[in-house]
Order: sequence, then C-alpha cells, then structure tokens
Amino acid sequence: MSPLHTSPHTLFTNSVTRVMLLVVIAMVPAMIAYIHFFGWGILINATLCLVTAFSCETAMLRLRNRPLWPYLTDGSILVTALLIAFALPPILPWWIPVLATAFATIIAKHLYGGLGYNPFNPAMAGYVVLLISFPKQMTAWLPAQSDQGYAMGFIDNLRYNLFNELPANTSYDILTQATPLDVVEAQTGLGHNIAEIENSFVQFSDYFGVGWDWVSLMFLLGGLFLIYKRVISWQIPIAMLGTLALLSSIAYLYNDQIHPDPLFHLLGGASMIGAFFIATDPVTASTTPRGQIVYGIGIGIISYVIRTWGNYPDGVAFGVLLMNIAVPTIDYYTQPRVFGHDKDD
Amino acid sequence: MRKLNAFHGGLKLEGHKQISIQEPIITAEIPEELIHPLHQHIGDTAQPIVEVGDRVLTGQMIAQAEGFISAPVHAASSGTVIAIEPRLVAHPSSIKDTCIVIKTDGKDEWIETTPHNEDYKRMDPSGLRNLIRDSGVVGLGGAGFPSYIKLNPGAKNGISTLILNGAECEPYITCDAALMIERPREIIDGLLIMRHALQAKVCLIGIEDNKPEAIQAMQQALTLQEKTIIDVITIPTRYPAGSEKQLIKTLTNIELNANQLPVHNGIVVHNVATAAAVGHAVLLGKPLISRIVTVTGAAIDRPNNYDVRLGTSMQVLSRQAELQSHKMERLVVGGPMMGFEITELESPVLKTTNCLLTITAEELPQEMHAMPCIRCGDCIRVCPANLLPQQLYWHARAKDFEKLQQYSLFDCIECGCCTYVCPSHIPLVHYYRFAKTEIGAQERDRKKSDIARQRHEFNQYRAERKKQDDEERRRKKKELLKKSQQSEHKQDAIAAALARVNAKKEKAPANTDIDNKKETNQ
Repeated sequence: MSPLHTSPHTLFTNSVTRVMLLVVIAMVPAMIAYIHFFGWGILINATLCLVTAFSCETAMLRLRNRPLWPYLTDGSILVTALLIAFALPPILPWWIPVLATAFATIIAKHLYGGLGYNPFNPAMAGYVVLLISFPKQMTAWLPAQSDQGYAMGFIDNLRYNLFNELPANTSYDILTQATPLDVVEAQTGLGHNIAEIENSFVQFSDYFGVGWDWVSLMFLLGGLFLIYKRVISWQIPIAMLGTLALLSSIAYLYNDQIHPDPLFHLLGGASMIGAFFIATDPVTASTTPRGQIVYGIGIGIISYVIRTWGNYPDGVAFGVLLMNIAVPTIDYYTQPRVFGHDKDD
Repeated sequence: MRKLNAFHGGLKLEGHKQISIQEPIITAEIPEELIHPLHQHIGDTAQPIVEVGDRVLTGQMIAQAEGFISAPVHAASSGTVIAIEPRLVAHPSSIKDTCIVIKTDGKDEWIETTPHNEDYKRMDPSGLRNLIRDSGVVGLGGAGFPSYIKLNPGAKNGISTLILNGAECEPYITCDAALMIERPREIIDGLLIMRHALQAKVCLIGIEDNKPEAIQAMQQALTLQEKTIIDVITIPTRYPAGSEKQLIKTLTNIELNANQLPVHNGIVVHNVATAAAVGHAVLLGKPLISRIVTVTGAAIDRPNNYDVRLGTSMQVLSRQAELQSHKMERLVVGGPMMGFEITELESPVLKTTNCLLTITAEELPQEMHAMPCIRCGDCIRVCPANLLPQQLYWHARAKDFEKLQQYSLFDCIECGCCTYVCPSHIPLVHYYRFAKTEIGAQERDRKKSDIARQRHEFNQYRAERKKQDDEERRRKKKELLKKSQQSEHKQDAIAAALARVNAKKEKAPANTDIDNKKETNQ
C-alpha cells in the first residue's frame, strides 16, 4: 500500500515559478522606460546575463546532482539575470555582465546551497564584486537619449559591448557620463552647491536626473503591482524608502546647499528598484513582519550614508548585502508573539 | 451588535458547500452489519459488556466507559452480536481496533427509554452529567472529547459563557449547517440543558456568514425569552474560524493561553451537533446512535447529508450516495484542509466522522517535486497561531527538537493554511506532525528511561544499602561475638580464678603445711 497522503488535499495555489514570473512582469514597464532613455544596451546586457545565468545554473545543478527541469524553470535565475542587467551601465565590455552573472550564480547562489539557501542576494553580490573590481566601467552611464549628445543605436551599442569598437568621431569619454548621483557626490565634494550643479550638468532636468526619474517611477509602479499581487509585503519597501526620505529631509532642511532634496534620493539611483525588487528578495530578506521593517530601515540608512559620505555614488547594493548578513539576528529578535503567548514567551 | 475580533492569518477558501446542501437530510438505511469500535473518543477505551451471541436492542449499552475520561458505546440498531474482534477503523494511520460487530435484525427495536422532558431542571448537575455520560455523547465536531467532562467545570471555574460552535469552516462539510437548518429546536433544547448543567450566564452561537439559511433558522427558532440569554452571532467566513481558540478570540476577544483550557477563562465550547445529541440524551433518554455525515465531492452522484447509524460502513454509506469509484482519486474523512485519507471502505462511521469527501484527480496536484523553501513568508501571513512556519520547517528538517519547542511547535493546530499557500509545495504540516510525534516518542522514551534509570539507581542503592547493612550486621555480629567471646573469656577467667581460689581453699591446709614446712625449713 502506498503511503497515505496528508492534508491538505487541495490543489496548489501558488508556485515559485509564478512568484518569479510576476516579478519579471513587474519589471517590464521599467525595462521599457530604460530602453527609451538609455538605449538598447540593457537588452544586450540582459541577453549576456541570461545566457551566462542559464549556462552556469545548468552546470552547477549537474555538478550538484540536482534535477534540471524544476530548477531551470523556477524563474529565480531569470530574475537574478535581469536584476544584474538593470544594475549595469548600458555601455560595457561583454565580459563584465558575464563575470557578474557567473559570480552571482556559481558563488553567491550555488556554493551556498542553491535556491533558498544563499545568504546574500546573488544579483547584488555579482554586481558589487564587479563594481569594486572595475569601478570606472561600472559607473559610466550613457546620457539619457532625450538629451542632446550622441544617441547610440543598437548596432553601435552592440559593437562596443562585444568588440570594444566605438563609432567614428567619438570617444568613450564623450559618449559616457556620470550618473546624477555620482555628479552630486563628486561636485558637492568639490564645494559646489546643489543649485550650481543642477544648472551646469546635463544629467539634470529642472528637477531630477533626466531619465532616471521615469525608470524609478516605473519600478514604483511594478512594485505596487507586486504588493497588490501579494508577492512582496509592504514592510521592506516602505521602511527603506521612508528611512531614505526621512534622512534626506533632515539633511535638506539642515542645509539645502549641499544636500539634494528627498525626491532626488527617492527617484535617483537604485532606490526604487532596490526597495521593491532587490531588498524584497524573499530568500535573503528578513521574514518576520517586524524584522522586515528593521531590515528596510537598515538598508535605507546604509544607502543614505554611502551616498552622502562614502566613496561610491550609490549604496543600495551595499546596504542590501550588509543587511543580508544581519537577517538571522534580526529574525531571531523579531519573532511575532505566538497566539496565546505572552510577549516574552 | 457584538463586536467581533479578527484572529491573525487564516484563509478565504472556496466553500463548495452548495454541493451537499441542496436537499434535506436523508435518513440512511440501517445496514446488515454494524461495526462499533470501542474507541471512538478521546480517553480510555470502553469495555464490552455483551458477549458474542447476545441479542441487543437499539440504544442498548454494549460497552461501558472505563476510567475518568471515556465514553460508552451503544448498539445503533437491534440484532445479534456476532463478533468482538479487531476490525479496520478509519484513523489517520488506518489501524485495526477492537470492535463489537452486530448483525442487525431489521426490527430496530429500542430499549426502554426514560424521557426526562422538563424535569432535568430539577436534577442535580452531577446526575445530569452522569446521564449524558451514559448516553455516550462526545464532541461531534471532530475531536470526540467526552461531553460530560466539558459540562463539569469544577467548583473553581464559574462559567460565564457557553459557546456553540456552528462555524463549520472547512470547505465541503455541511452536516452542522443542515442540522441547524432542519433541526434548530433540537440544538437549542440541548443548549439549554448544557447551560443548566454549567450554570452559564450567556450563550453564544457562532455561525460563519456563508450559511445565511442556518443563521436565519437558528434565530427564528429562539423564543423571545430565549433571545435574552442566547445570541446567534454571524462571524466572517475565514478558515479556520471554527477552531476553538480562534472562535473564542472572534467572539470574546479572549486569547487562550497555550496551556490553558477555555474553562479556565469561564468559557465552554461545544459543537452544535453535540448540543442536539445532549438534547436527545436528556429529553428523550436516547443515547448517541446516529449522526449526520456529509457525503460529497465530484465522485458522488447523490451528494447530501445523511443521518447515519453509527457503525455503518463507509461502503454502505457511499453506495447509498452513489459513489462513482472510477472518478475518485482520493477518499478523505473530514474536510480537504484537515481530513485524513482512507483507502479501505470497510471502516465504519464513527461518532467523530463528519464528512466523507471524494476528490478527483483534477482536484489534486500532480505529484510534483517540492522546491526548497524560498522564505517568502506567505506561511507567516496565514498562520492563525502566529507562528513562523518556515523556521519550524527548517528545524523540523534538522530534527532540532529543542529549537522546535522554542518556536512553539505545539501551538500549531495543523490547520494546513501554510501548506495551502506554500509556493514551494512543501508538505509543511506533515513535517510538524512528524516532529510532534518524534518529540512525543522521545519524551516517552525519556520518561521510560528516566523510570528505568530511577529503578536502576534505586536497585543499586538498595544493593549498596543491603551490602552496607550486611556489612554492618556482620560487623555487629562479629563485635557481638567478640564481646561475648571476650565476656566468655572474662567469665572463664573469673571462673578459673574462682576455681583456683576454691582449689586453694581446699588445698589450704596442705598449703599451710607446706608453708609451715617452709617456715620450718627456714
């Protein structure tokens, strides 16, 4: 007699694949905005990331004697690859996305035990390793295409990324520019005030960094969709963005000459993608409701501190990785009160 | 309007209740053979008081309660006892258990009953409780706890609130709903008796809002006077609203402590069907010999509620409900969330059998590879006990029993919400049950080994003491011996001395002579 089935005797209502595919769907608006403002580079990078990710995943599953089909179709590797593609500048030598993704998949994910067991967000681990190793390439962005400047087409972008060939009459330095966050960090460091910076750099429109605002708003849209679909809970994004807003407001009110306003922080850099798509990675984030708030606040503080005083223009990736290590401790101290137990039981 | 209180977590589930509640309750046929297990309740097994070959009447007690927590068993119809032997009983582990098997004679001849009508109010509570105990009434909601115990709060616990559980939160099951719709008076009569036994002040009847007909029927059955003490309360449909602790929280906002019983808070909860059974027992003097069972699911052609004699085999019942075996993939006793699968239809309907649910292949997942836990926390959001199911799973896998208890494993009510929402399709509840059993076994082993060790230590101590005692005794004996020997010596010495003296005395003249001689010689 076969062993009896245990309750519940119902169909599954959810699956890892469904969760991951919803995340991918939620990225689509931001992807469109990104292509619109920064060209086709992200698709080239995404393709490289996806090919690398699936190859490494297959190889690691083989080595670890794990079944291929369920893990290749769970969607997690798809999300990791796309997050890396979003984090990388569009104009970039091909081996950077490949290295970042290979590191993410092989070391950050599989060497720690694969899906569900990795303590660090694989996409951010891959990104940060490359950021530290190749800071120049990793921080040079194309200007938003609505701006004047050289509009790089798909073929140009592809030729550069794959063969390191630039279009005639231009150079890497002419083509690329620093991100708005980078500019603010560097220029305030040189003693310029925010108004001067915003007037003298093309990266800025009247208000935010050109293009970045729209991409961020699209991530916000996707994030709200994920909350609505109950794929993510509100605690982490609200705590992280709230902390960023609070800290930048205090600084802005204290001295608006050297501190950009809160909206610049919320819509600049990786705040939105970080809050809704990266910090909420279920495997590496805190799981208890109160813990998620602590975790989100932690990422907000670290991001703000690195942006304002650190060496890197953005700090979300570092914030996520640093808080990843703290998760077991946070979860331990933020256990919910069990039904019928006193608080300290 | 009473203020209701939400409990944490839970699920909104598709009810599937309409399938089995279209038609009135059908009285099931009396089968040729009734199988009465001696153990259909929580507590000690009942002891048979009939023998093979005896003729028994409907309602006759055939096994008596044994021990403080126990319930008797009654013949569900008249006939002859043809066997007292182990038979297959519907149980999660599909075990065989001793059953009294009756071949029915079709006459359904009742024993003489003693209706009490209204005079129960003059009976003293203990007499009333004994009557209910002897009627074999146990919790019909599923737990099967002997009801008379829950009508005996003890002198220390005054009962302020008596709750009737009509929530019936599991999908598919409608036996309580059908009872409330068709026989509300029986429930209320039973409730009044319970209230009298408990001397409870307020009575609440909690019913989920997906059963408007039941709510209406119950409300209409109350007299104006009864309405002042009995409150029919509509509660939101949210699984597991019918779980005792969750129901108490919803209705009274009291959160029972993990190691507390409702009675410690002045609350007693009974199922609506139990109330009706108590009513039968007292007012009509009829013991529990039948119950309403929902037979439902896509493989049943006549899904309905059946009034079934206890001991009827599932085979007979399902045949009457026109089971299409070829459509059925799984047969479950209970609901889809907490019920257990059975594979053998010979097992009988028990006092606790509320539903026979057939499930087709399309309603079940294809056997799929369970993925690793991705720590999404969906389980945390739905857990009505507010546990951390993913941590429990982690520690259950690691068999870290200490951690499991730290994470309050035993507060898990096994409602299945976590498994239901898990995107990784991990059979979480299965892990928790396993861990609980293991811990239980370990604890028993520990107790056993504790006892063994204590015995061993005691034996050693005894041996040691015996040795010491023996030595002591030996030593004393020796001492005594020595002493006596010494004293013998002394006496000998004294005697010898005396003898010498005497001898001297006797010889004295001679001696004197000698002395004299000596003297003379000198």
